[in-house]
Amino acid sequence: MADQVKISKRDRIAVWWRSTFIQGSWNYERMQNGGWAYSLIPVLKKLYKTKEDRAAALKRHLEFFNCHPYLASPILGVTMALEEDRANGAPVDDVAIQGVKVGMMGPLAGIGDPVFWFTVKPIIGAVAASLAMTGNIMGPIIYFVAWNVIRMAFMWYTQELGYKAGSKITEDMSGGLLQNITKGASILGMFILGALINRWVVVKFTPVVATNKLAKGAYIDWSNLPSGTAGIKEALIQHSHGLALSATKVTTLQDNLDLLIPGLAALLLTLLCMWLLKKKVSPIILILGLFVVGVVFHVIGLM
Amino acid sequence: MQLNMIQIILVVIVSFLAGMEGILDEFHFHQPVVACTLIGLVTGQLVPCMILGGSLQMIALGWANIGAAVAPDVALASVASAIILVLGGDFGAKGRASALAIAVPLAVAGLLLTILVRTITTGIVHIMDAAAKEGSFRKIDMWQYIAISLQGLRIAIPAALILAIGAGPVSSMLKAMPSWLTDGLALGGGMVVAVGYAMVINMMASREVWPFFAIGFVLATIKSLTLIGLGAIGLAMAMIYLALSKNGGGSGSGSGGSGETNTGDPVGDIIDDY
Repeated sequence: MADQVKISKRDRIAVWWRSTFIQGSWNYERMQNGGWAYSLIPVLKKLYKTKEDRAAALKRHLEFFNCHPYLASPILGVTMALEEDRANGAPVDDVAIQGVKVGMMGPLAGIGDPVFWFTVKPIIGAVAASLAMTGNIMGPIIYFVAWNVIRMAFMWYTQELGYKAGSKITEDMSGGLLQNITKGASILGMFILGALINRWVVVKFTPVVATNKLAKGAYIDWSNLPSGTAGIKEALIQHSHGLALSATKVTTLQDNLDLLIPGLAALLLTLLCMWLLKKKVSPIILILGLFVVGVVFHVIGLM
Repeated sequence: MQLNMIQIILVVIVSFLAGMEGILDEFHFHQPVVACTLIGLVTGQLVPCMILGGSLQMIALGWANIGAAVAPDVALASVASAIILVLGGDFGAKGRASALAIAVPLAVAGLLLTILVRTITTGIVHIMDAAAKEGSFRKIDMWQYIAISLQGLRIAIPAALILAIGAGPVSSMLKAMPSWLTDGLALGGGMVVAVGYAMVINMMASREVWPFFAIGFVLATIKSLTLIGLGAIGLAMAMIYLALSKNGGGSGSGSGGSGETNTGDPVGDIIDDY
């Protein structure tokens, strides 16, 4: 094909810079979607010239997206490559692009949190803070420079890596590789969504459904412990043997639900939201409604 | 101590930057060790503010935005505590301690402002949807900048308020906020995440992939499985499913190969795969 449109290095640098602002329009409905579309604009502008194509591309990239902000870079790279192929006539449909995005974002977010938030940041932060507390100006400077050098380098190289890997996907169209990846990505995506709903949607009910008296010997008899530290030691030993801390066992509604399966309430809430969304209830109403429910249920003691 | 007009403007600008970064999480202007130092720099109290920043940084080491959850608002805590320290004029250990004591409840109260802005931006992405229908890149850009600016104002306005009314009324105002409201909103914040997931599922779900959702949900109850571990399991299952559904025919070289070399390293596997 003579009229191939290619993404230049300049376009990729523009996307890399824009992806710095990917969380700028973070919202409860589709999370990083606005920032995602904003980041890809230099590439979309290059690839699509007609109003219809541009509108379709923007709509496609305003779908739900949420990842660790730095780990979004490799996904941006892959997506750029897919868009490039699509603009040049390869049969890459919306579902394939969405599948790749959703399939990659869960696991990659799972890498970014422990690596950046729980490893790199505390280490640099602790070094910088200890310098700053002694009045050494190098503390803040080291923090700012080290953090941003690591971040910018990581985002650029993983974006390039994603772009190069993504170009290969559509080369092998006849082998059905893309269909496999789409299906694989939606399997992975659904699997991860199941896990995320269990871990990240928090619904807790506090009402007490039962208060049972425990048999003597099943709890620590605080009045008969030796005094002083010997008593603390004895209590800890008894506790580690499985003795309860008090003479009554309190069972809350949440405990009963957790006996069925932890996270059940979160799952039911999600299914309810899905059903309401299908009934064309606006997501904004749902979001505001859930905040109201949170406050009301808390006040009446249900949560 | 009193600040002159230029210093006040500079403090508000620093607050604006910190507010943007509190959500972007990129340059990290909002981290105490940077934000407090910058406030110190523009108010001429560099060293005391930097020491305050160091102390607050230690408190905030583990705070992180994960998923849809936002950690206590370190941007507001940094900016407000530094301003209170400077206004109070006591740069000794006692002044720092009282500035820190106000900073932590402010960090929690700041969450409310974050929730507010994130709800407003939900409206903004709907405006973006309309701009997308017109294929207008310029409008998407513009609304993205507006959304970021709102996040900046989220900290800049409270900072300006503290400058205007002084430190005393701020802490009494905080005490007046009822706990049922803050706790209830926090509970709501834990639930609204479900709306986003529900939208994706509505888009992706088909009869073929529902079983994997169920497996993911059940496996997530095993608390010792990390998200990376879950990712590896999901990836492996997707590969097994694809390999089995191929009926011994096709080529599909990519996925078969990495299935055998699945080392629990999903990045490697994903990269090999794509």
